[in-house]
Amino acid sequence: MKTSDTLLLLFIVILVGFSLWAITPLDGDRFGRRGLTLGLDLKGGAYLVYEADLSKMDPSQTVDQVMTSVLSKIERRANAFGVKEPIIQRQGENRILVQLPGEKNVDEAKKLIGQVALLEFKETTSDISGQPQTDDKGEVIWTIATGIGSDGLTKELTGKYLKPNSRVDLKPNTNEPEVAFEWNDEGAILFEQITKRNINKPLGIFLDGQAISAPTVRAVIKSAGIIEGMDMKEAQNLAIQLNSGSLDVPLTVIQEQTVDATLGSDSIKKSIVAGAIGLLLVALFMILYYRMAGVIATLALIIYGIILTAVFKLVPVTLTMAGIAAAVVSIGMAVDANILIFERTKEELRAGRTLGAAVDAGFNRAWLAIRDSNVTTFIACIVLFWFGDTFGAFLVKGFALTLFIGVALSMFTAITVSRLFLSITAKVVKNTWLYGVKA
Amino acid sequence: MIDIVGKRKWYFLISVCLLVPGIISMLAFGFNLGIDFSSGTVMTLRLSQPVEQAALRQQMSDLGFSDATIQKTSEGDFLVRTRDIDSDEKIALVDGLKKGLNIDVTIRDFATVSPMVATEVARNAAIAVLVASIFMILYIAFAFRHMPSPFKWGFSAVIALLHDVLIVMGAFSILGWLTGYQIDAMFIVAMLTIVGFAINNTCVVYDRIRENVRKGINKDFAITVNSSILETMARCVNTSLVVILTGLALYLFGGVTIQQFILALLVGVLVGVYDSIFVAGPLLVLWDRGLKTESKAA
Repeated sequence: MKTSDTLLLLFIVILVGFSLWAITPLDGDRFGRRGLTLGLDLKGGAYLVYEADLSKMDPSQTVDQVMTSVLSKIERRANAFGVKEPIIQRQGENRILVQLPGEKNVDEAKKLIGQVALLEFKETTSDISGQPQTDDKGEVIWTIATGIGSDGLTKELTGKYLKPNSRVDLKPNTNEPEVAFEWNDEGAILFEQITKRNINKPLGIFLDGQAISAPTVRAVIKSAGIIEGMDMKEAQNLAIQLNSGSLDVPLTVIQEQTVDATLGSDSIKKSIVAGAIGLLLVALFMILYYRMAGVIATLALIIYGIILTAVFKLVPVTLTMAGIAAAVVSIGMAVDANILIFERTKEELRAGRTLGAAVDAGFNRAWLAIRDSNVTTFIACIVLFWFGDTFGAFLVKGFALTLFIGVALSMFTAITVSRLFLSITAKVVKNTWLYGVKA
Repeated sequence: MIDIVGKRKWYFLISVCLLVPGIISMLAFGFNLGIDFSSGTVMTLRLSQPVEQAALRQQMSDLGFSDATIQKTSEGDFLVRTRDIDSDEKIALVDGLKKGLNIDVTIRDFATVSPMVATEVARNAAIAVLVASIFMILYIAFAFRHMPSPFKWGFSAVIALLHDVLIVMGAFSILGWLTGYQIDAMFIVAMLTIVGFAINNTCVVYDRIRENVRKGINKDFAITVNSSILETMARCVNTSLVVILTGLALYLFGGVTIQQFILALLVGVLVGVYDSIFVAGPLLVLWDRGLKTESKAA
């Protein structure tokens, strides 16, 4: 055996050994990776695209500042809600992609994350009889409560003056939930003035323009307070939102995809079965048609499968249903390179070359076709990956990435594993019938 | 020797027969567009007890979703399509169904797309197909730059490609109004995979023609093309067979979520085999000689 072949064989053995070590057991800890990383459609969860209404933004800030602020607030909310490993990304100018893997309570999470959650305090003006003034329909007229800040300017009292330590308490007597909050220094200055002039009058607490409660002020309060009138969930969500701060601009959901976890695990089981059957059929066909060479192709295919799984686990590549489809399609493409080589080898054998020469010539001649056909597939993958964000969501990107890795790896196994094994076998097994040609 | 190039007018006729119904269908009916392109909601509902489809339809329309289309999946779930709805409407719908039918309802998957996003998806998908095709054609032109009249190769490859894509699109336009097959983003992915596959096949055949022209196996270009097609035939059939085997396994056992995608892929691969044997090569000859039958292939 040539030295270069010996080295190549050694390299393949090490690579396969390493890959096997990396994937057995599949959920074993290797370089901090455990198991395969599954996409939303396989483990369940939600994929949401929010659009920010930039016409409502503070004109003194840049779009980037506003979006960065919104993103970090959303992240804090998602983490506080208990989502494991949320993915939050800005998309284009004014869109935010939020992925909540494994989240079961999607509707609640969606509301919590996307709500502006602007907390405002409003006061009433009294009429002659001391009752709050009402409009024509008899509804109380609320005006935003303001105070003079430490710098002498008039300021509206909103949630932005809260310390980020709001929490849910239970009222001692009734066990009803309430949100306890604390003002920062500036908020305390404003709150003191507002409570002072509203003693024995109602003070309205509004979230995004909706009244939560309107307690009557009993004493001058400076630094802290409570908000009542919600159920437990609402109180918990409000505390999270107050601590993250209100969003700078309103958001709307423009795209949503939610998958139940049970559907995901069904899909995994099914695609494993489908993949195994597909692989078996291909192996059977290859061995029946190409005999000895088919056995080598099957071996190359198994090695391909082992390395592919290791790459998926270690990179890690997020596997989606479309990605699994791509992996199975790439089995076909992996075999294609082998078929090209074998067909060429057969031709060379028929042309009367010796086995060793035929294998070498077969590989060399097939190389151009292998290269051209794989490069065109790469081009399709790159374009799909590029555009994946803009259509079909994670499906398209997952497909493109997996197919790219699959095809690249299949090219590698074809030009190393198949070729090497074929030339080694050619030295040992000389019967040309075994290579698909009449002896 | 089997004469494919000499009988090319018959094979082109078969291609025309495959193309015409689909093109008529595309022009007359267009496509049955899924929510990715037309906006709306698709969800899979699993009910705790079997319910008649008619009862579910009645309940949906009582809840204000009279436009909803309902299909029973092979797994006994219901696939419901309707306009795009928000979270509150979703919760109200599920609660309404639970109360109205007196059973438990789980949403297995749920996807909603707003009209604005749908327009963008359609536009970007079209751009993606165009960009990918242009780059692949450029690559082919580059790979065949040393051949006489490289334009011939490039254009023939493009026509062979359009041939495959149009036949598959036509087939799914027809399936759209026959069986309700909806075109979604994954269909675009399938089309791009088919484009890649078709170019891939054409490459292998042209590659061999290029090699045989260089070797000068025959003075007659038509005969050279014909032998090249025959030499690569086994590869084209076997490779496609392998993809069809794996695709078939996915189609039969992979679950309903990807069935439509795999179907599009399978049709594309089948058309691709036909194209690479009977269309791509003969197109090169058509360029020089038209449809005239030339001196018999030896």
